[in-house]
Amino acid sequence: MNKARRNPFNIAAMHGALILYTLIALFPVFVIVINSFKSRKAIFREPLALPDAETFSMIGYQTVMKQGDFFLYFQNSMIVTVVSLFFILLFGAMAAFALSEYRFRGNTLMGLYLALGIMIPIRIGTVAILEMMVATGLVNTLMALILVYTAQGLPLAVFILSEFMRQVSDDLKNAGRIDGLSEYTIFFRLVLPLVRPAMATVAVFNMIPIWNDLWFPLILAPAEETKTLTLGSQVFIGQFVTDWNAVLSALSMAILPVMVLYVIFSRQLIRGITSGAVK
Amino acid sequence: MTALKLSKVCKSFGPVEVLKNIDLTVEENEFVVFVGPSGCGKSTLLRVIAGLEDATSGTVEIDGEQVNTVPPAKRGLAMVFQSYALYPHLTVRGNMALGLKQAGHPKDEISRRISEASRMLSLDDYLERRPAELSGGQRQRVAIGRAIVRNPKLFLFDEPLSNLDAALRLNTRVEIANLHRQIDASMIYVTHDQTEAMTLADKIVVLRDGRVEQIGSPMDLYNNPANRFVAEFIGSPAMNFVPADMIGGPKGTYFGIRPEYATHSETGALSGTVVHVENLGADTNIMVDIGTGKPFTIRAFGQHRVEPGAQTGIAFDQANVLAFGEDGQRL
Ligand SMILES: Nc1ncnc2c1ncn2[C@@H]1O[C@H](COP(=O)(O)OP(=O)(O)OP(=O)(O)O)[C@@H](O)[C@H]1O
Ligand SMILES: [Mg+2]
Repeated sequence: MNKARRNPFNIAAMHGALILYTLIALFPVFVIVINSFKSRKAIFREPLALPDAETFSMIGYQTVMKQGDFFLYFQNSMIVTVVSLFFILLFGAMAAFALSEYRFRGNTLMGLYLALGIMIPIRIGTVAILEMMVATGLVNTLMALILVYTAQGLPLAVFILSEFMRQVSDDLKNAGRIDGLSEYTIFFRLVLPLVRPAMATVAVFNMIPIWNDLWFPLILAPAEETKTLTLGSQVFIGQFVTDWNAVLSALSMAILPVMVLYVIFSRQLIRGITSGAVK
Repeated sequence: MTALKLSKVCKSFGPVEVLKNIDLTVEENEFVVFVGPSGCGKSTLLRVIAGLEDATSGTVEIDGEQVNTVPPAKRGLAMVFQSYALYPHLTVRGNMALGLKQAGHPKDEISRRISEASRMLSLDDYLERRPAELSGGQRQRVAIGRAIVRNPKLFLFDEPLSNLDAALRLNTRVEIANLHRQIDASMIYVTHDQTEAMTLADKIVVLRDGRVEQIGSPMDLYNNPANRFVAEFIGSPAMNFVPADMIGGPKGTYFGIRPEYATHSETGALSGTVVHVENLGADTNIMVDIGTGKPFTIRAFGQHRVEPGAQTGIAFDQANVLAFGEDGQRL
């Protein structure tokens, strides 16, 4: 295996494949970003050309800034994503700890019950969720979205994290108990740091669907002051006319915060994915 | 005063009975070693004593007080784990300090105890390192240090040396023996290793399938094993068993002869073909096929030239032969 890795031909082939994949993956993003800096005519005439002195235009960004409360949408998206992730990780890790650490009647059953949500899409329950939100007066609040996304993310989080927590050495936890640490301290100070890669994995897998979701913001929180970025961008897409400059500019800006979050998590993520393989 | 007293301790995991009616006392300052085959419940027994598992029934008394419902940290004991179980995010100093901080000891008291322990274990140079930056032997010493600073009345060691290489094992074994001499505390020590058990113990407890087979001093167990299991378990190479009727004993019973009490000679009560020879320098182990299915081992002192395939007699002194009944009990 080592020999194969060092062989220059294999290295070239490997890097070639990876570079090709990167190009394919980045291409749509690239097209969105370059076109967001072009005038409307230029977008349609030569969609793949870079903006030059003649075609360069900030009109899309100007429209986005003028139209609607873009920064509010942005803030809403950020709040919903970050708070949902926080709850998913906190409650997911706590449930996973209980399931993996304590023997109690119905432990396996409870684990299966919590994992069931992985197989049932939460959108099936949209009508019931909407009715509940109406009944509790949570419609058009960010809380509604946060609750739904937390519920949506928990099953997979519990499933992945409990698997990882089972691998944390019993001796370590027992050493903590003998040293007089409470179960909470053992959880927060000993176990959580050791499953950090798994937490980052869960965070990244949950972050992007939440950030991009259109369905629940549209149904549960369509009011002006609770619109998320994805929903807010829809004003530029009309049935008859679509303001492509604005749509592309809004999309370009929407990529940024996800990228920042991703960079924060990614170092941990890589370790999470390879932790089983490289030990 | 007894440091620890177990009466009728049982432990089951669901339908599986792991510990069955364990009765045991540990006197003050006594060094007790648990031995037994893998899976016989040694670690489980240790965890019940520490309070990490609840006994299904029976009582655990430490210093004359029943502690069945007392949490581990309040039992006045310390435990050293096979896998070291150091806190990976804390320095050596932090690892040793955590339990004391948790118990609310004043700062100067904590640092005094740490410096004392680190001097005893020569850890002074490593106090600010994290566990990942230490060798296996150093980690083990930190784990022992973490136990010492708690000033426990009772130490629990769960196979503390099994991850170390042979030379380091010997050193650490001597260190633990020294420690026991210096500190006023009882120790319970789990091991697989014959030598550790024989050299460290005041008292050995032989366990099998969750039951106590025999309790006694090392020489007691060696000279007077209560049954075949203990006889076979204590001593290395293991005791030879010969059907008694081969050498004029009653049918159905067995004679046990330790390899070191047998010699190879021209004549002897038994004879057979040499099948294998191990030259260890100081001793020579000679395995002889005497037709019982299992070769008879002779441990001859010094170096001997014996070739596999040769015929030999086996001689031994009747006084050193132990007789066992059909059920394996001593006769
Ligand atoms: N949490 C548990 N649930 C069910 N069975 C268990 C549990 N812990 C231990 N056992 C069983 O109890 C028995 C004794 O285990 P224990 O760890 O005490 O053995 P041991 O004597 O320490 O063995 P070793 O020398 O290999 O460490 C084993 O058969 C094991 O399968
Ligand atoms: Mg064990």
